[in-house]
Amino acid sequence: MTDIVAFDNVVKRYPGGKLALDRVSLRLARGEMAFLTGHSGAGKSTLMKLIGLIERPTRGRVVINGTDLAKVRRAHIPRYRQRVGLIFQNYNLLYDRTVFDNVALPLVIRGIGHTEIARRVRAALDTVGLLSHEKKFPITLSGGEQQRVGIARAVVNRPHLLLADEPTGNLDPDLSADIMRLFTRLNETGTSIMIATHAIDLVEHMGYRRIALDHGHLEAG
Amino acid sequence: MPEPQSSGSSRSAGPASRGSGRGRLAAWAASHARCLLESLGRLHRRWVASLLTVLVIGIALALPAGLYVLVKNLDTLASSWHQSVRISLYLKQDVSADSGQRLADDLAGENGISSTQFISADEGLRQFKQASSFGAALDALGSNPLPGVIEVTPKASLPPAAVGQLVDQLSKRRQVDHAALDQAWLRRLTAILALISRASWVIGALLSAAVLFIVGNTIRLDIENRRQEIEVMKLLGAGDAFIRRPFLYSGVWYGLLGAIVAIMVLVACYMALGGPLSTLTASYQGGLSLTGLSLRESAGLLAIGIALGWAGCAITVNRQLAAIEPR
Repeated sequence: MTDIVAFDNVVKRYPGGKLALDRVSLRLARGEMAFLTGHSGAGKSTLMKLIGLIERPTRGRVVINGTDLAKVRRAHIPRYRQRVGLIFQNYNLLYDRTVFDNVALPLVIRGIGHTEIARRVRAALDTVGLLSHEKKFPITLSGGEQQRVGIARAVVNRPHLLLADEPTGNLDPDLSADIMRLFTRLNETGTSIMIATHAIDLVEHMGYRRIALDHGHLEAG
Repeated sequence: MPEPQSSGSSRSAGPASRGSGRGRLAAWAASHARCLLESLGRLHRRWVASLLTVLVIGIALALPAGLYVLVKNLDTLASSWHQSVRISLYLKQDVSADSGQRLADDLAGENGISSTQFISADEGLRQFKQASSFGAALDALGSNPLPGVIEVTPKASLPPAAVGQLVDQLSKRRQVDHAALDQAWLRRLTAILALISRASWVIGALLSAAVLFIVGNTIRLDIENRRQEIEVMKLLGAGDAFIRRPFLYSGVWYGLLGAIVAIMVLVACYMALGGPLSTLTASYQGGLSLTGLSLRESAGLLAIGIALGWAGCAITVNRQLAAIEPR
């Protein structure tokens, strides 16, 4: 099993009839980084939601890191999600907690001891270059810094797979380039990463594979 | 830099976290303790709303607890009044003062009787003349209309029913015309006490239900306010138990603080009523004193508060949290 992500003929039809994904088959190799591109409504978010088990496919099979997601029962979703690092367009930080506490949250959820938490949170913050900001509250940070907190939170659990849904959607081009460089660095250390974005001009010269979706169909893979 | 990586095979974390069962238990206990304090901090941050909730819970708990204390005090009062019950034996007109005194002495040694006192017809007349303004009218009667009387004091340990039997027994004596016991008011008092006691349970049950709903509703609003946070936590892989925990602890705090308010309300009532009441009870023999909640009863009230807070939260939180799923 070398693929971290495997979609086989996946169909997703939402209640109401909208066809979001139509017989999509794709692979992401372990340690690979790829961009998922397409116009808004092309099915990028749906594809990400299927991997995060936020939605279930209507037909077809999704296998993540060897786990067939159809076999993950509701009660086991939390444990599954702990192994997938999610990064969001709007960061989804908790604004009543410090940067440290935000990044620590996935470890607290897993019930890890506080000395280990402190060690891992500092390592993650160091990776994204925010070690000196650990006591600040997210609201005092810039958008780019907030997204880096979000990334630190996603990697602190050492996930099999990082999923980023429009991570630079709210950032200007310079900051977006910074964030993309950060993903490149994380990928170089062996993390498998899938990034959904419509900023094609930003990613086309980066040299990574692009998976293009158009109205729920796969264009190139 | 190479720290947060995923090289496929999940590396085991540090020994402090997952290695030993003891370490896990310590981490679990620490996370609970932290959660307990955090939920208190959250209550503190919105202290006006929290205070109002706690006050409402406190008053709801203080009412039945206050009734309980009232019944407890009236019970002691009633039993002490019960101890001062006397039976009056009115002797037949033909019983002489001597035989009356003899009967009184005999009765004093009988079962269930603490003491007796004989009041002859002459003595009775003298007392009556002193105590009333009918002196002249009584003189006009010529002969003494009053019978000899024996005042019988039953043993204090005798329950009301046995006192009733004693009265029946004594009234059947040859020399006795009739026996009187002004016990009707005492029976009524006992009945009223039973009624108040029952009422305090009914009110207690109703107000406990009210506390459940107050806590449930407060937690429901709390969950609604933190919807986004809950969604994020679910996305990060938090299970239901983890998300539920801080809310359950909030419920526990509401209940505990509410019970403390209830105890404070009762202490305040005690202090406000204690002075005048002791003047009142001092006028009765036997110097009755007002008792408040004992330490054990206070602890019981705190436990009830905690249980109600927890339960009120538990009945809402599951349903509420299930409705929140990340989209």
